[in-house]
Amino acid sequence: MYETFEHRADVGIRGYGKTMEEAFENGAKAMFSVMADIDEVKPIDREDVSCNAPDTDMLFVEWLNSLLSLSHLTGKLFCNFKVKIGDNRMTGSAWGERLDSERHHVMTEVKAATYSMLKVSREDDVYVAQCIVDV
Amino acid sequence: MDIKSLNKISDYIWEIPPEGEMRVPGRIFASEELVEELDDNVVKQIKNVACLPGIQQASIAMPDAHWGYGFPIGGVGAFSPEEGGVISMGGIGFDISCGVRTMRTGMTREEIRPYVEKLVDRLFTIVPAGVGSEGTIRLNQQQIDEVLVGGARWAVSKGYGYKEDLKYIEEGGVMEGADPAQVSDTAKKRQFREVGTLGSGNHYLEIQYVDEVYDEGIAQVLGLYKDDVVVSVHCGSRALGHQIGTDYLKTLAEASGKYNIPIHERELVCAPINSPEGRRYFSAVCAGINCALANRQVISHLVREVFLDVIPRARISLLYDVSHNTCKVEDHLVGNKMKRLFIHRKGSTRAFGPGRKEIPAEYSSVGQPVLIGGTMGTCSYILVGTEAGMNQAFGSACHGAGRALSRTQAKKKWRGDALLRELATQGIIVRAHSYSGAAEEAPGAYKDVTAVVDATHKAGLARKVVRVKPLACIKG
Repeated sequence: MYETFEHRADVGIRGYGKTMEEAFENGAKAMFSVMADIDEVKPIDREDVSCNAPDTDMLFVEWLNSLLSLSHLTGKLFCNFKVKIGDNRMTGSAWGERLDSERHHVMTEVKAATYSMLKVSREDDVYVAQCIVDV
Repeated sequence: MDIKSLNKISDYIWEIPPEGEMRVPGRIFASEELVEELDDNVVKQIKNVACLPGIQQASIAMPDAHWGYGFPIGGVGAFSPEEGGVISMGGIGFDISCGVRTMRTGMTREEIRPYVEKLVDRLFTIVPAGVGSEGTIRLNQQQIDEVLVGGARWAVSKGYGYKEDLKYIEEGGVMEGADPAQVSDTAKKRQFREVGTLGSGNHYLEIQYVDEVYDEGIAQVLGLYKDDVVVSVHCGSRALGHQIGTDYLKTLAEASGKYNIPIHERELVCAPINSPEGRRYFSAVCAGINCALANRQVISHLVREVFLDVIPRARISLLYDVSHNTCKVEDHLVGNKMKRLFIHRKGSTRAFGPGRKEIPAEYSSVGQPVLIGGTMGTCSYILVGTEAGMNQAFGSACHGAGRALSRTQAKKKWRGDALLRELATQGIIVRAHSYSGAAEEAPGAYKDVTAVVDATHKAGLARKVVRVKPLACIKG
């Protein structure tokens, strides 16, 4: 499950999951849902990323920012994600396809994932990963 | 916010007295109404900035201040490298050197009327904008380095514009001190096809006319008369700037720890100006500024070509180009001592008063033009810097309206296609690459730019010269 939330100038993104991995995956979906209607994106191509950071909060931002760079460099929109997290480092895969402005309903470009309202936490049995993205 | 917690200095200047770790007071330039509307988070951010090492005089907020990343958007902070001063990511932001450029067209509203629709359609086709758009310029690694060192001067050397244009850009169109080696390969690669693109979000290209002149003498010096048509562009350093921000967020987070700088909000990550990390970041920021200046220069050239093609007698000349997300080295009087300072302006426009050496000779007697963008349905303003602004806020003014509603709220309230039709009935033609993007940018989602500009004028930070209204607008 994922969602976006209100923020005065920009947009908040939030992913939920039974595991931290799933929360990261859904967080990525939330971010791409700001850029386009991701239900229209087909998971055709796979791209891989790996990143590390001093803590899990910063790891989440690293993950999102790595995806933004990758999306931009490959010209692709992503809709499905799979990650593995271990000891402040992670590897992840993203599935998607080349952006086609005729077919995809694009919205707003995301400049970066930020440290603002950044939180990766466990509430009862649910992991939550969230931050504000600068648009 | 609770206005009683502030010390009233004058009707438009409010002070947050130093408390806790604050090294200097906070100072808010705004009317009573704007202060009352301020988010408590903004006050917190002003206080956090006041705690940073080497800050001078005050942590400053402009009339359009709103909740940002580390610094408030509409924040100004001056730091002395001699006194342990820092350079902070939060004071510059992700869209390095985002700014506004305004060009005269040599046409009046009446003269241009028959051509507006044709112009806007051509501009919409020729100026790349929106998610995933690419420019016609293709660069390789070596060429992008030339852009990062050369700025707008690079663009002119490649035939995008005239040498004369450079005089009317801050720093003469090129920021010294840029080092492409401090910019990551990823950042550069992301820019290979992005030079000369507008972007999305609140970025725009507008055809506007002067509908009110407040100071005829100054307007004349700026070459502006009632009903004159101008073109304004609002955009920044595109993906390269965003990636520099992302890359250095991590570098500076580590540096803040290494140099034991207490950080009250994560986005305030910083490094001493006189440290290897600080120097590297500043060189990268200078490169980002040059990227933005080159970008706006290329877009101006596209505008010039379209105008000349549609109306051969049009004469596109640059009025001025300002950047409102920057860190620059400037000399300022602090007390009675002249100091060389690193001035962070996050969502704030440089507004130098008359006589400063940085201002083009023609404008020297009136002050630097300050270009304030409104929203697509309302109006924008051109002001000039003042002596009082130099003394009170290191020569800085507001940068725009600032959002009143979130993007989600705006999308719930307006539909993009209906909004565009509504604007069309008011005589404003809007072409948008995304309807939902246009809805997010609905005029009603912003604060009243007039209130912000009036407060800037009355606080003495800058003087109102003319108001311009849109005839046509292109959104990403």
